[in-house]
Amino acid sequence: MELLFEKSVPGRHCFILPKCDVPRTGMPAEFKRAIPLDLPEMSETDVSRHYTELCHNAFGVNCGFYPLGSCTMKYNPRINEEIAAMPEFTCIHPLQPSETVRGCRLVIDKAEKYLCEITGTDAMTFQPAAGAHGEFTGLLLIKAYHLSRNDTKRKKIIIPDSAHGTNPASASMAGFQTVSVPSGKDGCVDIEKLSEVLGDDTAGLMLTNPNTLGLFDKNILKITKMVHDSGGLTYYDGANLNAIMGVVRPGDMGFDVVHLNLHKTFSTPHGGGGPGSGPVGCKAFLREFLPKCTYTEGGNGLQVKSFYGNFLVVVKALAYILTLGAEGIREAASTAVLNANYLMSRISETYEMPYRHTCMHEFVTSLESLKKETGVSALDVAKSLIDWGMHPPTMYFPLIVHEALMFEPTETESKQTLDKAADILIKLYKEAHENPSKMKEAPTKAYIRRPDEVRAARSPILRYDHSK
Amino acid sequence: MNYPKDRMYAKTHEWVRFENDGTASIGVSDFAQHELGELVFVNLPMKGDILKSGEPFAEVESVKAVSDVISPVTGEVEDINEALSDNPQMINEDANTAWFVKIKNISDRTELMDAGQYEEFAAKGD
Amino acid sequence: MPDSTKNLPQRVIKLGSYIPSTKAERGEMLSAIGLSDINGLYADVPDSAMFKGLLDLPEGLSELEVRRKMTEIAKQNRVFSTILRGAGSYDHYIPSIVKFITSKEEFVTAYTPYQAELSQGILQSIFEYQTMICSLTGMDVSNASVYDGATAAAEAAAMCVNAKRRTVLISDTAHPDTISVVKTYCFGTDTDVIIIPGKDGKTDISALESMLTETSAAVYIQQPNFFGLIEDAARIGEIAHSSGAKFIMGCNPISLSIMKTPAECGADVAVGEGQPLGIPMSYGGPYLGFMAAEKSMMRHLPGRIVGETVDSDGNRAFVLTLQAREQHIRREKASSNICSNQALCAFTAAVYMSVMGPDGIREAAEQSMSKAHYFAESLCKIKGISMANSGCYFNEFLTKTETDPALILKKLEEAGILGGLPLKDGILWCVTEKVEREKLDEAVDIVREVCK
Repeated sequence: MELLFEKSVPGRHCFILPKCDVPRTGMPAEFKRAIPLDLPEMSETDVSRHYTELCHNAFGVNCGFYPLGSCTMKYNPRINEEIAAMPEFTCIHPLQPSETVRGCRLVIDKAEKYLCEITGTDAMTFQPAAGAHGEFTGLLLIKAYHLSRNDTKRKKIIIPDSAHGTNPASASMAGFQTVSVPSGKDGCVDIEKLSEVLGDDTAGLMLTNPNTLGLFDKNILKITKMVHDSGGLTYYDGANLNAIMGVVRPGDMGFDVVHLNLHKTFSTPHGGGGPGSGPVGCKAFLREFLPKCTYTEGGNGLQVKSFYGNFLVVVKALAYILTLGAEGIREAASTAVLNANYLMSRISETYEMPYRHTCMHEFVTSLESLKKETGVSALDVAKSLIDWGMHPPTMYFPLIVHEALMFEPTETESKQTLDKAADILIKLYKEAHENPSKMKEAPTKAYIRRPDEVRAARSPILRYDHSK
Repeated sequence: MNYPKDRMYAKTHEWVRFENDGTASIGVSDFAQHELGELVFVNLPMKGDILKSGEPFAEVESVKAVSDVISPVTGEVEDINEALSDNPQMINEDANTAWFVKIKNISDRTELMDAGQYEEFAAKGD
Repeated sequence: MPDSTKNLPQRVIKLGSYIPSTKAERGEMLSAIGLSDINGLYADVPDSAMFKGLLDLPEGLSELEVRRKMTEIAKQNRVFSTILRGAGSYDHYIPSIVKFITSKEEFVTAYTPYQAELSQGILQSIFEYQTMICSLTGMDVSNASVYDGATAAAEAAAMCVNAKRRTVLISDTAHPDTISVVKTYCFGTDTDVIIIPGKDGKTDISALESMLTETSAAVYIQQPNFFGLIEDAARIGEIAHSSGAKFIMGCNPISLSIMKTPAECGADVAVGEGQPLGIPMSYGGPYLGFMAAEKSMMRHLPGRIVGETVDSDGNRAFVLTLQAREQHIRREKASSNICSNQALCAFTAAVYMSVMGPDGIREAAEQSMSKAHYFAESLCKIKGISMANSGCYFNEFLTKTETDPALILKKLEEAGILGGLPLKDGILWCVTEKVEREKLDEAVDIVREVCK
């Protein structure tokens, strides 16, 4: 596929703006741009065809099964897109007088009310633009809380070794030291090791439950109590909420701060990597520390993004919550768990399951033995799935499982899709023994073969060179 | 695996070759380069930096991982191998000639092994 | 757990929207895993933590009902036909085709392109976006986006901080939200923030000179600044560099098509709010933070970056690269935790730039500037209204008014015009290429009436 710049022809343009109807004021010489502006010159037909071509080489939820563990690739309802595109939402300036944005305030207030109910928290901010942003925000709340009580020793955040990389990265950004607590043989937090690291220097614990292995930690109430007894606060990473919403609430599990991923659990689309939304909910005693738009709301408090957050994403999430309602929320969670367990049961006689236990909304399989026997790795199996029209599952995460593949089907997949996927996976296992070299060459039916990532990192070419 | 006898080795898989003039050069062992895989980037310290034995002083990156390189000695960086920054694959090609830094004013060292001891240690599979 | 089909009122039965499973299929799946009812799946949850009953949420709705309900909510917002307010959110014209292209399901619903073989379309679009941001700013390398202009400023400051230099200087003439966000991020990393005072609406350069020390990591200014004025960026950059600090510029991307770029002003990092590039105002989000840097700072850029390579057949291919900077590899040693960014917004900006082209963006910039100057001159002919600051400006300007701004703005609102932003020193107006001259004349007439 050619780049825009390779299709560009000097002098081509679209016809968008009318002539200027006022006298022209140009930029004075001292401030004028002196270097060329190398942007593509295209007709509207060219632009249309270019992006059509690109779109044929992209894989959306509309293209096929997308069982990415930890990502919750559920169906993105079209009605939410349509609602969020209404001019009454898109053509609103963030600094309009309050009586002209009652609708926007209502969206945020309702979303807060419903999401606080779902999470068991008392107040919420929608400023964070993504899950990691929410983690950072939540940790700042914890930092601000301890500082307000002159409890300056608390500089450590405890994080399980199975955690997503954003957890320790967020802790560092919030000025904390990460203390890793190992998972036990059962994949859950090792309670003894946890008690060893808790102390009066503990600011808090970051946890997701179910964890990144897809397992529900039975000891959760004990864990949160232990942290509270040591004077620390508890933070819930809401990435896996799809397994338990309507069934268990993080606030009821003993968590003080919670973040949500609207682009996972609440069906807003992933957009190729964003925009998401990572609202943060908290118990009442932390409400005063929640970030706000200090420009409009005043004060000297925390602010993590300009204005109020990714508003249109919140609109979509609200429409989704209204669609599901109380029963639908619970239904979605339990069906997600059912689907995951069913898919796991279909392949567990073939693939090695490091944790033979009822899973939540996702499960992890290890291809370590397969690799030893045949040389075919988790990567090779994942790439082979591409040739079967399926998006690969999450690879090599969590780090504590070797040659991991993590599957999260979500509730919006049918039994037929799950059965087809299981059949393909079982076929691939056989093929790994019969024809390993074929799998090492996969994919063969995609637009490209395997890219040379080493070359990309050693000699980075990060933009088109116009001087060519 | 190739472990030249003219130098010492640390448990963390670095080699250090002490010269007659009191300086030393440091690199990573053949075992290390094999474990790390194809390297894409090296982050070196600056001339004049003080290294402490047992503490990280550089980083090597492969596509999917970052690893610390630990200093076997305490001393001052006299010279850095700038060629490595442009061509990290030199480490994969020949780890024993791909020196990272030259150190002077050496005052301390971590526990070190000779080539024979290190060969045994590395073979155990860490 | 209650059987959701019992006791349903006389209406369409739905088993929780978007779930394809029929009751029969669910029964089959449950038997396959050896359970008799779905509650068995939650056996590990301590009883005291289980939520009993149903959440206090309204009953679910059909698509038609959701549409009605959300429309009811939306109609409580007022859409102004003419917008004369900026201050961080700009009403530029968005070509029709942008919405069509950016609504294609494959782009909207795809995940991050970690699987390169499946995602060449998305990866290439990001590479094109990165190229265009470099063209616009004149810088060497761009990332694939961060959350918005304010967080981009904060991330840029973090790029410049090191063991010896831990103070960030930010001009008081930057957007208040940007200052607030930078302060928050610096609260996180225990970095000091010093505010450089403004003078006559621009950064006080002699004050800056006296504030720089050998612990200064970076100087940040916004260009044009919050009050619309064009700063003496090149001079500020020189001063920053002379004390060993880095220079960060936060820019309006449309203005860059005709104004001296960060590269020409010696910036080490160029950031800004990309919303003007085809993204609607959306009550504040989702927006677009762009970040571009000088070559030597490439590996300090946070967030995703797409690079060009070849595949095993030697054909050109694009991949996410330099991932060893990112959180999933570095974890607590990562300089930023950013994972999801604003991918679809960056994509939107790229589409906008390819439709408008260099001529179109320059025209949008020139018309915005020309109309703002025309409007300012007309307003200042009114008795009691004058420019608050002298100096060159792009498309925003601050006027002092003797009449209460609230009265002026109210009258404009009655005519469907959202006037400038009321500040304590006056009104901050903004004009874009979208506003017709007749509307500007109408606004002037209304203001003149009020100020009589």
